[in-house]
Amino acid sequence: MVVSILHRITGAALSIVGLAIMVWWLMAIAGSPEAYASFTHRVWGDLGDLNWNGLRAIAGSLAKIFLKLALFGLTWAFFQHLFSGIRHLIMDSGMGFELRANKAGAIATIIGSLAATALIWAYWLGAFE
Amino acid sequence: MSIGESATELGKVRGLGSARAGGVGWLGERISSVALLLLGAWFVASLLFLPKLDQRTLAEWLRSPAGAVPMALFVITSFWHSVDGLKQVVDDYVEGEVGRWFVNTLVLFLAVAGASLALFALGRIAFGAAA
Repeated sequence: MVVSILHRITGAALSIVGLAIMVWWLMAIAGSPEAYASFTHRVWGDLGDLNWNGLRAIAGSLAKIFLKLALFGLTWAFFQHLFSGIRHLIMDSGMGFELRANKAGAIATIIGSLAATALIWAYWLGAFE
Repeated sequence: MSIGESATELGKVRGLGSARAGGVGWLGERISSVALLLLGAWFVASLLFLPKLDQRTLAEWLRSPAGAVPMALFVITSFWHSVDGLKQVVDDYVEGEVGRWFVNTLVLFLAVAGASLALFALGRIAFGAAA
């Protein structure tokens, strides 16, 4: 039940926020090194120098925090949707409808997506170097 | 009693038959999901195996056929699958025939615009002057 709803929520998030960031990312790569630097500066801003003086600065700081969280969230949404998508394909074939197997499969998608998200970000943030 | 009319609920459903275009939509969504399984795995693996994620490395990757072609397919299939999936959500949660038609059409327009923009960017990387 929860996993089925998560499939829809993560699907909608990936469709709207995920694809918007992907288009933005490709446009930035197509632009120039400077355009790409401004893209990474926006989506992966330095949270050490957040400015809270004035409305514009507050909006900018909130946007920085939101985009950073959005990247973590989208990574998780990607894996959650991918794993529950695999689960749906298996269930389309008529397998996995026994209560216990079904529940185990649902829990596996959640554990899998959290583990994959943690691993990938640990790698990108240099935990394995 | 004409088709679709019946004394019982089950009889009504039987009389109505299928939703006509439903089967194609159902299958299409599953085919695009299998394609995205492969392309998504390729996308994540590529990001993990690229030596750096700066503009030069990424542009070089997306200029090569091995990067440009799967990425174009990833973009097209992602938008396709999004339109299919969002249509299901819209059909379930938006009230009224007119409202559903309006939101679904809006989603389609935005998806075509987004996909075109992404493909334009890819074309510019692949065929534009080397930066």
